Amino acid sequence: MAEAGLALALAHRRGALALEMELEVAAGETVALMGPSGAGKTTCLELVAGLLRPRQGRVSCGGRVWFDGAAGRDLAPEARRVGVLFQDYALFPHLDARANVAYGLRARGAGRAEALRAADAWLERLGLREASRRRPRALSGGERQRVALARALASGAQALLLDEPMGALDVATRAAVRGQLRGVLRDAGLPTLLVTHDAVDALALGDRVAVLEAGRLTQVGTHDALALHPRTSFVAELAGRNLYPVAVAAGAGLKEARAGAVVFHVLADQVEGPAFLVFAPSEVTLSAERRPGSAQNVFAATVRELRAGTDRVSVVLDASGLTMTAEITRPAAEQLGLSPGRDVWAAVKATAIGVYA
Amino acid sequence: MGREPAAGEGDDARRDGLWGFALLAAVLPLFLGLALLALLTSLTPATLVRHLASETALRALALTLRTTLVATLITVGLGTPLAYVLARRRFPGRGVVDVLIDLPVTIPPVVAGVALLLAFGRRGLLGRSLEAFGVTLPFTTAAVVMAQVFIASPFYVKAARAGFAAVDASLEAAARTLGASPWRTFRTVTLPLAGPALLAGTVLAWARALSEFGATIMFAGNLPGRTQTLTLAVMTAIETDLDTAVAVATLALLLAAAALLAARLLSRRLEDGRG
Repeated sequence: MAEAGLALALAHRRGALALEMELEVAAGETVALMGPSGAGKTTCLELVAGLLRPRQGRVSCGGRVWFDGAAGRDLAPEARRVGVLFQDYALFPHLDARANVAYGLRARGAGRAEALRAADAWLERLGLREASRRRPRALSGGERQRVALARALASGAQALLLDEPMGALDVATRAAVRGQLRGVLRDAGLPTLLVTHDAVDALALGDRVAVLEAGRLTQVGTHDALALHPRTSFVAELAGRNLYPVAVAAGAGLKEARAGAVVFHVLADQVEGPAFLVFAPSEVTLSAERRPGSAQNVFAATVRELRAGTDRVSVVLDASGLTMTAEITRPAAEQLGLSPGRDVWAAVKATAIGVYA
Repeated sequence: MGREPAAGEGDDARRDGLWGFALLAAVLPLFLGLALLALLTSLTPATLVRHLASETALRALALTLRTTLVATLITVGLGTPLAYVLARRRFPGRGVVDVLIDLPVTIPPVVAGVALLLAFGRRGLLGRSLEAFGVTLPFTTAAVVMAQVFIASPFYVKAARAGFAAVDASLEAAARTLGASPWRTFRTVTLPLAGPALLAGTVLAWARALSEFGATIMFAGNLPGRTQTLTLAVMTAIETDLDTAVAVATLALLLAAAALLAARLLSRRLEDGRG
């Protein structure tokens, strides 16, 4: 395990929640922590940041031990060098953006002029030069997020913890901000733990996904790995949603969106270039032969796996290298005589496909 | 719908239709205003100043200013940590402390005075131990301060507690993760944001200390120069020298009004400043 990363092993009890997890995040890697509400995601962040004391465990970052229950070592949050992005960003309302960003530097002993200069550099780097003298209430959601990021990074954080970074933004700004956030995280090169409930955010921002259910990590891996071999129904629900990074062609009306060797035909007037494509498994129809119809997206696929429910079946397919999940009724599955290895045709209507930047 | 616009209403806001309320609403302000107006206009400004320059009035004023200042400092010094702990921490017995802080506001000040006597009087609970060291509290200037702190501190603690509680705990958490020690966090984040509330509470407590009467006269007595505050002076003077009594009463009223005005102005300016 690279020394520069974040390593945590936690055991904690809080009300009805019994949290027990082990995770390693490498430097420059972002792990998206997902799970149903109440699973312990925010508690996990609070424990790593030192805002809460674990019953037992060990947390280290960059080779430096922040907490070791057995050795009796517990560094206060201010001694840890952890950058936290709280759900509402927690910007100090009585300070302007510049003073907010300079706060961490001042707290760690920098002189006023020096801290403000460094703050200016960070604001410049994140494209916030014009906003630097404004108070948080006069900033847009996206600007506030960037100021919060600049503030955390400027204080010399060695690891980043983000709690629903996109949560406070409206849908329209989310896409643009997501792209910017990805860039900032990549440039920062720190081990990053990101709590989100949004699968698109997890795919766009996370290198790996860690799923927390009732205080335990049920699965950790790349989005693809989770989609292919989900270990719990929650993971299957989460990952088996036919979500792919694509490249959307320019133009209007029906156009192409490429995901590897697979070409989708979609309606996405506002979107161009790198984007995310999603459609529900229930929107996929299967047939034994290629049938003419209105569907613009028809793919030859091979059945990989079948997961039977009470009245429906999830069919995991391989379509030219792309993993796709279709949901059909039991009788339909029986009629088609589906089994692993069988070749079928999968069709999805363009109107059922969503494309997000 | 039968809405009748009351005289003087010019805005577009939807009227609540309770036209009778305007009439009833006017009664209290008139009642308060009439009494205060009578006080303010009773003496000519010249007479007012002449009587204020009397020895009684000046001594009472000096004593009141000294004692209320000390009482306010003690209140703020001890009340701020208390208010913070009450706002942020959960501990067994917190409910009891809450009630304790509220009590002085609800019990008659004279009763508070009796209680102070029983605790700190020469034969009181703590008083007898103090006697052993040669320290007598009743009927001293210190007793005046104690009575004022007893009566006025709840006003500050309640306001300060609300002020602290209104500061989002996540802001304090953010400051800690950015490298600020708990004390630095309090100084640079909590205090500035709770500032207006703390200031308003301080002025309120000072105004209450200024108007303290019952507990003072019971525990500290009515000794000119030593324990005779402005309010006590009014009561004493009214039997012999009405004009001086009125002058001192007017002074007390003006001080209280000045306190209120200062509190509002400062509050508003600080509110604007903290974004």
